[in-house]
Amino acid sequence: MSDLRDMFFEECDDLLEVLSTGLDDLQNENSDAETINSMFRSVHSIKGGAGAFGLDRLIKFAHAFENVLDDLRSDKLAVDPTITALMFSGFDHLNDLVDAARDDNDLPETDGAAVLAELKQTTQAANGTTGAEDEDANEVSEDDFVALSVNIGLDLGGDDSGLPDLPGLPPLGETSDGNSQFVVKFEADSALYARGHDPALLFRAIGEMGDLTIEADCSAVAPLESLQDAPASISWTLTLRPDDGIDEGTIREIFEFVEGQCTLEISEMMAEEEASELVVAPAPAAKAPEPVAKPIAQKSPAKAPKAEKVEKANKQEAKGGDGGKKSSEPRNSTIRVDLNRVDRLINLVGELVISEAMLRQSMNELPVSANSAVSEAIGQLKTLSGVLQESVMAIRAQPVRGLFQRMSRIVRESSRQAGKTSRLVMVGEATEVDKTVTERLVEPLTHMIRNSVDHGLEKAEDRLAAGKPEMGTIKLEAAHRSGRVVISLSDDGAGVNRVKVRQKAEEKGLVRPEDDLTDSDIDNLLFRPGFSTADEISQLSGRGVGMDVVRSEIQALGGRINLQSEPNKGTTITISLPLTLAVMEGMLIEVAGESLVVPTVALRETLQPGQANIHDFCDGDRGLSVNDSMLPIVDLGEALGFRSPLKNFNNQSLLLIEGESGRRSALAVDGIVEQREVVIKGLEQNYQTIPGIAAATILGNGKIALIVDTDQMIPSPGNGNPGLRKGSELTEVNSYV
Amino acid sequence: MSEQATLEKTDNRMEIVSFTIGEQAFCLDIGHVLEIRGWTNTTTLPHAPDYVVGMMNLRGAVLPVIDLSMRLGLGKTIPESRHVIIIAHIDEKSVGFLVDAVSNIITVNLEEMKPTPEVSSTKTTAFIRGVYTLEETIVRAIDVHQIMPQETLTAA
Repeated sequence: MSDLRDMFFEECDDLLEVLSTGLDDLQNENSDAETINSMFRSVHSIKGGAGAFGLDRLIKFAHAFENVLDDLRSDKLAVDPTITALMFSGFDHLNDLVDAARDDNDLPETDGAAVLAELKQTTQAANGTTGAEDEDANEVSEDDFVALSVNIGLDLGGDDSGLPDLPGLPPLGETSDGNSQFVVKFEADSALYARGHDPALLFRAIGEMGDLTIEADCSAVAPLESLQDAPASISWTLTLRPDDGIDEGTIREIFEFVEGQCTLEISEMMAEEEASELVVAPAPAAKAPEPVAKPIAQKSPAKAPKAEKVEKANKQEAKGGDGGKKSSEPRNSTIRVDLNRVDRLINLVGELVISEAMLRQSMNELPVSANSAVSEAIGQLKTLSGVLQESVMAIRAQPVRGLFQRMSRIVRESSRQAGKTSRLVMVGEATEVDKTVTERLVEPLTHMIRNSVDHGLEKAEDRLAAGKPEMGTIKLEAAHRSGRVVISLSDDGAGVNRVKVRQKAEEKGLVRPEDDLTDSDIDNLLFRPGFSTADEISQLSGRGVGMDVVRSEIQALGGRINLQSEPNKGTTITISLPLTLAVMEGMLIEVAGESLVVPTVALRETLQPGQANIHDFCDGDRGLSVNDSMLPIVDLGEALGFRSPLKNFNNQSLLLIEGESGRRSALAVDGIVEQREVVIKGLEQNYQTIPGIAAATILGNGKIALIVDTDQMIPSPGNGNPGLRKGSELTEVNSYV
Repeated sequence: MSEQATLEKTDNRMEIVSFTIGEQAFCLDIGHVLEIRGWTNTTTLPHAPDYVVGMMNLRGAVLPVIDLSMRLGLGKTIPESRHVIIIAHIDEKSVGFLVDAVSNIITVNLEEMKPTPEVSSTKTTAFIRGVYTLEETIVRAIDVHQIMPQETLTAA
């Protein structure tokens, strides 16, 4: 059951996305009849699923929402800004309800009550009815959605009334001959029962189609004493003398939800002839994306019964296309795949790429490497494995659309709270980013948007005075640029008030009055910890945990953040992110005979031996003078316990690194090899966290190189190096175990 | 029905992989063993317990190699090509055990396992679940859950 539930919520996410897209179209007056139809179907499907899981509040609300959409659809209501606004609030609340149901939370009763009332009122006004709708909603949940599989399945039949019920099956396809009859042989697998389907319900549905005789064959049923855990073994033969308008496709639809969990044979017979034609291949139907626009009752090509997931997705297509009705444009066909499977595939391909590199390296060492046929084949292998890796990574990639749509809600809410009017313009929603990256962008983006609305946009009167439209515009833009994803958020507000920022920074002692700062230096002061220019803490922002948190979250994703501002024109914050978290740019170095990788994100500068200006302090501590300041030097080999402290740093290269906190240090290493992309392999999965080490990677020669956790390599004053001291003590403790 | 009867009988039977470290014989439940490989070079880990040899690359997966001899208090192994790594999957983690040689796969009956002698060594009582007597040799059954590297406090 929990699987089904998960599936329902996943579907809800998709449906809400459709709804959100529709709302945006409505708002931009870009809508047609199909927009409202698809919105209606989304809400309706959510209601249907909610019914199956007994989510009463969700049903009630979806029902009210659906009614308004239905009235819009049937032109009882006209789209106007009030209705659009109402629907946006409705959408937000629907989102809340779905989220609450997913987490098994109860929203406070008052939440959304106003929206619900307004929705109901709107319907009543449109229909001239009174509050009878409520009972209707309850009926819906009892009558139509209890037997989940069967009834929802029938909804695909092009019945557009919204409330599918069995007798309402519309005529589809060609009318069958009055003389013909269908013989359906049906044998359920154990899986069918395990999923809670009931053959009786299926048969009842078929019974609605005409004159039905059912014979059960129990001969295969095991004797009672050995019946426990026995596989399903009853088969049925159903003979249907169909009503007009029933054809094989219609019957097949009944079984749509149990496809792959049963053996189904449908044959059509003329009354006088014996088994004229075996119409159906044993395998159930596959619907390619195109059939969306065709009548569903058509016979579809055969496909393997096991591909359940594909079927499911296709079924959604069918839903989206609403059966026999024409849909505006074919949707992309999608499948739902367990993320673990994708990750497994990605890992395997990663291994393949490494093996390929190993092969290439060992070929180079062989005298035969001059052999052109071999080197050509290896070159091809390299290209192919590269393409393969890219394509596999692309599976994890998701359009940022979902993320952006969530943000449009944040804009609405924060505008309401700040008493400003604003709209969100989205550009490049189709840009694809790794799923994990999009998930982890929610928080920082939310924060940034609140900031933009609260601080970026001026108050309405100021905007009008500055000759700007009253409604502020916030633009969220995504694009791929040179192997990275760039997401920028801009507002058309007043820009950063540099005088005020500087003043605040001086008050807080972040800069000195005599410091010479460029405009961009001042703008970037906003990312400093504890900085907030809001004079009073507003509900939205200004609590001091501001842009510095955003910055550290972006940096944790391997990203960079940058702010540009122009007075009276607005502010643009640009985030640049790696396409995936699985690959990272790093500097390969050598220490005490071990290869290690230092993430390039933290790297500021490298110094060759002899270039550095090193000064000795107590206890063998050393400092490096760079631009008038003194940085601590950390001997990486010693910090990681690979060797005893060095006496002499003359042959050491230095890497200047900067941690998330903005503090710097210099790592002394034996040699710098090269900068390269490395595939990140976690250590926790098979081992545990290692002090001073963030992860590992596999080099071209098959060797493992550890990736240094630069943040842990920046000593805090007086505490020694955490990576060094704590670690070695623990080692001793541990060896007594 | 006869099939069920045999099933019941085999219930307590299990297969074990036996191997040697120095002069002693040990064994693991075969259910934990994924594969057996020759010694490959490992990457040294900073601040690792002395019985963790390093990390090895198993077809792209990174997993720790444990010197079972060191772990059991039998002295440090200087690995060379004749040594063997048993790749095992225990508690959702993959790990390699460095041992001298793998001897055999044997079917034993769980009831034949005798308790570990009540010796004073904490290592013996912690890491050895019991012993099987197979012909002339004593085979020590390793407690796989205890033998895994314990989380250091820094991990938390």
